[in-house]
Amino acid sequence: MHDRRSWFVLSMLCFGFAFLYVPILSMVVYSFNASRLVTVWDSAHSPTLAWYVELFHNSEIMEAARLSFRIASVNATGAVILGTLAAFALERYRRFRGRGLFSLLTTAPMVLPEVITGLSLLLLFVVLEPLIGARGATTITIAHMTFSMAYAIVVIQARLATVDRSLEEAAMDLGARPWKVFAVITLPLIAPAIASAWVLSFILSWDDIVITSFVSGPGSTTLPQYVFSKVRLGVSPDINALATILVLIVSVAVIVAGTYMMRRDQRRIRDAQVALGAGG
Amino acid sequence: MNAVQTPAAARGGAPYVRLEGLTKRFGDFVAVRQVSLDIARGEIFCLLGASGCGKTTLLRMLAGFETPTEGSIWIDGVDVTHVPPYERPVNMMFQSYALFPHMTVAQNVAFGLRQDGTAKSEIDGRVHEMLAMVQLDGYDKRKPHQLSGGQRQRVALARALVKRPKLLLLDEPLGALDKKLRERTQFELVSLQERLGVTFVIVTHDQEEAMTLASRIGVMRAGEILQVGTPTDIYEFPGSRFVADFIGSVNMVEGRLVEDEPDHVRIQCEQLGCMVYVDHGVSAPPDAPVAVAIRPEKIQLSREQPPGTDNLLAGRVTGVAYLGDATRYLVQLPNGFQLRVTAPNVSRREERFEQDDAVWLSWHPSSPVVVTR
Repeated sequence: MHDRRSWFVLSMLCFGFAFLYVPILSMVVYSFNASRLVTVWDSAHSPTLAWYVELFHNSEIMEAARLSFRIASVNATGAVILGTLAAFALERYRRFRGRGLFSLLTTAPMVLPEVITGLSLLLLFVVLEPLIGARGATTITIAHMTFSMAYAIVVIQARLATVDRSLEEAAMDLGARPWKVFAVITLPLIAPAIASAWVLSFILSWDDIVITSFVSGPGSTTLPQYVFSKVRLGVSPDINALATILVLIVSVAVIVAGTYMMRRDQRRIRDAQVALGAGG
Repeated sequence: MNAVQTPAAARGGAPYVRLEGLTKRFGDFVAVRQVSLDIARGEIFCLLGASGCGKTTLLRMLAGFETPTEGSIWIDGVDVTHVPPYERPVNMMFQSYALFPHMTVAQNVAFGLRQDGTAKSEIDGRVHEMLAMVQLDGYDKRKPHQLSGGQRQRVALARALVKRPKLLLLDEPLGALDKKLRERTQFELVSLQERLGVTFVIVTHDQEEAMTLASRIGVMRAGEILQVGTPTDIYEFPGSRFVADFIGSVNMVEGRLVEDEPDHVRIQCEQLGCMVYVDHGVSAPPDAPVAVAIRPEKIQLSREQPPGTDNLLAGRVTGVAYLGDATRYLVQLPNGFQLRVTAPNVSRREERFEQDDAVWLSWHPSSPVVVTR
């Protein structure tokens, strides 16, 4: 009975993982395919790195990747700064007029349909064109910040709620002015949340296509937009190569972060045991 | 007793810390109601009360975290009612200790000095002096999570004292320590205070802690201070039923004043079924309902009937709890009323009473406390 159930659980687990990762795995495998046709495996000449070489010689892709990277970085930084301020206001000043409305408005972009957000921003940028110039990298960044910020607020506010208020009071009691308290006590304590909010905002911006399509201009094509337009004309194998590189970067980042956090937790447990053993 | 209640005035100086008609309201809820209090320099003043009695709110107003709704706070002759916490000459030791987890012990202690822009060399000197004083030399590079509870408590104390505040506020300073450590730390805290001469205001719900630490205690209930006095005053001369009952254990009986002379009174107590003779006068109208409080350790038990007629009762032992240093008895009177009696175990072969023993209870005429409120 027990054996049969564990067999069932194991097969469900395998199915789940296969469902999630087989498409990605096949994409990785096909990135080494020599054939120009995506669906045909050319066993005579494979595996090959030809598509990787071609990828780095494709200036259009590289340009789009650079633009996406720039937009995502600026967006993440801006979203985190605004998100921290908003989260602080919501969490630390609990009794101000309109707090409920403010809270609702900051998180609304998460649930608003992207098409609506995109369209409304497009209308706004058309009106604002004399002020901020033609649509391009700037407007994309601003648009991305509007929805990234909502996620940043949620992440940072959750962390801020767990920071013991008496730490901030203690700092103030010892002579630190409110801004100093924020800089030297609150900020270091919520730094992990700020880092995750930054990464989250970066990724949200990096793979956004719907809102980007509304607010981008003729000269600015982000990586998702480029890939999307290429796929419409038929998938070319260098896109597989590009995707494989991205998967590699993400995997390495996850493994490094995971190892670091595991080591840190182990160290904390060890330290706590030493302290308890010392007694007194 | 008057001299105790206004020690500064007795020495001819103005009070060091003065609270005048302090009130704090949160919406409709009154957390602190019209508290006026003088605290002398170098005193250890203890605010004692059950949770929710407003003692912490009072402490937070002293620290500057809460602004009083009414009233004012004076420290060393300066009105600090509206001075923000970072400009008050007051430091606080938090109940949770509130050590900064991302800083080392030395950085935690140095934090206050760094805010004042003290020179680096002086900071190092004073931090090490302070750590030595709380017996934590060599721990300066540790982080708070690498310390035990007792060590954290001492870091918090060092951090609060390093700026040499005029007033140190301690919120349940020993609450998070285990019993043995708490007893040791109580005495360390008092000796440290004596050496530094800093005025302490301590908030606690633990009456034993208040009794050992405080030079004076203020008993609080529902936002008001009911009584202020030395630990002995509070224990031996409680001013109200609540204080008598709150501090220590007590037998409380209702009675009626039948004989009221300047040097003695007699009180008819139905619950006891006897007359209580008290060898001092009380200020209450004749025939007024009063309460008589008798501490369990002030009642003597004996097998033979002692001489005299007043303050004498016969009863039967219905409960015995041997505690080592003392034995607690529950004695039932013929009318069913039960009295608690504590007898110290002075010698090992002492006669102790057993369940169902017939005993005589008696007490000295100076022992009962008569309260009218």
